[in-house]
Amino acid sequence: MATEVADAITPEPEAAYTTLEAGLDALETGGAARKPWWRRVLLAKIVPPIAAIGVLLLIWDLLVVAQIKPAYVLPGPADVWDELNAEWTQYQMNEAVWNSVSRGIIGFAISVVVGTVIGMSIARVPVLRAAVQPILSGLQSLPSVAWVPIGIMWFGVTPATIYTVVLLGAIPSVTIGLIDGVDQIPPIYTRVGRNLGARGLNSARYVLFPAVLPGYVSGLKQGWAFSWRSLMAAELIAVSPHLGPGVGQAMAEAGDNNDMAMAFGVLIIILVIGIGINAVFFAPIERRLLRSRGLAGA
Amino acid sequence: MTATAAAGGALEATEPAAVRLTGVTKSFDKGGVPVLDGIDLSVAPGEFVCLLGASGCGKSTLLNLVAGLDPASSGTIELPGTGARPGHAALMFQESALFPWLTAGRNIELALKLRGVRGRDERRREAQRLLDIVRLGSAYDKRVHELSGGMRQRVALARSLAQQAGVLLMDEPFAALDAITRDVLHEELVKLWEETQLTVLFVTHNVREAARLGQRIILLSSRPGRIAREWRVEIPQPRRIEDADVTTLTREITAELHKEISRHGN
Repeated sequence: MATEVADAITPEPEAAYTTLEAGLDALETGGAARKPWWRRVLLAKIVPPIAAIGVLLLIWDLLVVAQIKPAYVLPGPADVWDELNAEWTQYQMNEAVWNSVSRGIIGFAISVVVGTVIGMSIARVPVLRAAVQPILSGLQSLPSVAWVPIGIMWFGVTPATIYTVVLLGAIPSVTIGLIDGVDQIPPIYTRVGRNLGARGLNSARYVLFPAVLPGYVSGLKQGWAFSWRSLMAAELIAVSPHLGPGVGQAMAEAGDNNDMAMAFGVLIIILVIGIGINAVFFAPIERRLLRSRGLAGA
Repeated sequence: MTATAAAGGALEATEPAAVRLTGVTKSFDKGGVPVLDGIDLSVAPGEFVCLLGASGCGKSTLLNLVAGLDPASSGTIELPGTGARPGHAALMFQESALFPWLTAGRNIELALKLRGVRGRDERRREAQRLLDIVRLGSAYDKRVHELSGGMRQRVALARSLAQQAGVLLMDEPFAALDAITRDVLHEELVKLWEETQLTVLFVTHNVREAARLGQRIILLSSRPGRIAREWRVEIPQPRRIEDADVTTLTREITAELHKEISRHGN
């Protein structure tokens, strides 16, 4: 509409510069078309790690075939697979996996709530941050397994001990992720927000929250990794009939039984659960976030 | 052709103004050299004023003060205004500063929402209309990173229009663009200014750009920032950056600017 009005005033230069502008727009945005999803996801993201795992399994099998160590020290992939199948019920693996995953998720969920509340309350208060940040960094570098004996002395071999260890492991990551996210907000966004009229709650909702999201999600991702690690450390040590089966407990049991193939099998299960939850929940969210902002290739 | 602000200061206070600064001083550390020192400036409604100066002259600081993002140390800033929202000024930055988590259209919708425009459909229609004005109607659903630098600044311009502020403050908005894109955007901005009767306060360190755009050019001295000289530009629009008149004026102002900068070398 505006173009038509202006056209009537000065037809010649107007037409010239609009076509010039259209040409620039076309030249500067003529990117390649987006690849089909199966090439983006399947070929670029899924096939390479599977191939790498295949190569690892192959090397493992070759080492076993070469018999550099006896089978009871280094069992082969086939031995581990057979042992897992044979001993699955004996080790109560169904319950173990269910218990561990639910403990991990509950512990992680509590950590997210607590970590987020702490992060939000200290991120914008310099004095509080200066006070709390070194403690958080220290906690993050402290191996959470160190809390297990203390937890057992406090609470006995109970879920309380397990959750204490998980929370102390995961909360610092969530909080630090949030604080880093706040630090990384380009100041220009808050200035623009203010100029547009976003203050207080509006500023938090429309500017701060979306700006913080990438840092926060990567903090959550790390928080999950810490939750899972801490949980395994706790379960490995805190073994008791009261607590019931868990993947960590299964690992301890395999150790007690001197069952090398089963120990390898449980190790693989721990890996698969940790990686799987990351791949199913966090990786897609993070990928979408970064891609929509032009921060990731593909 | 030239006039000093001091001579007209008393008179201008009674004239209608879109932006009026009286004795504005800004220092960031107490006791140090103020960044801005005793700025008296009145911008008439619908006027296009370019603020020119070397780095450190506080021209960006001045815009931030007018936009209300920073408080002045002393003096008064008024935006009596003629637009729909007196007291309000839209600010445009060197980088587009569009929010990267929103599409081009949604960026404008957010500005409308924060202005108080009710109704999702209403906002969508208005955002589309504003994008059409900067000839980016088809880029509504494009992400910011999918747009070129020039297109981003046009979306930012549309977002400024969505604020209906009447006063548009521009902080070197085209400095990061290539020469061809900048030419096109100069043309676009002047067209828009003529059609909408906006009051524009345009900060730049590019003398030729100031001569291409401004009705009035104000040269600021550096450390402290004071109004050193002022030119009223009588060359009619549409001008071109390569016009002889523009070139002559550019030479005159550049000579003055160089003198101003050389003072600091002694």
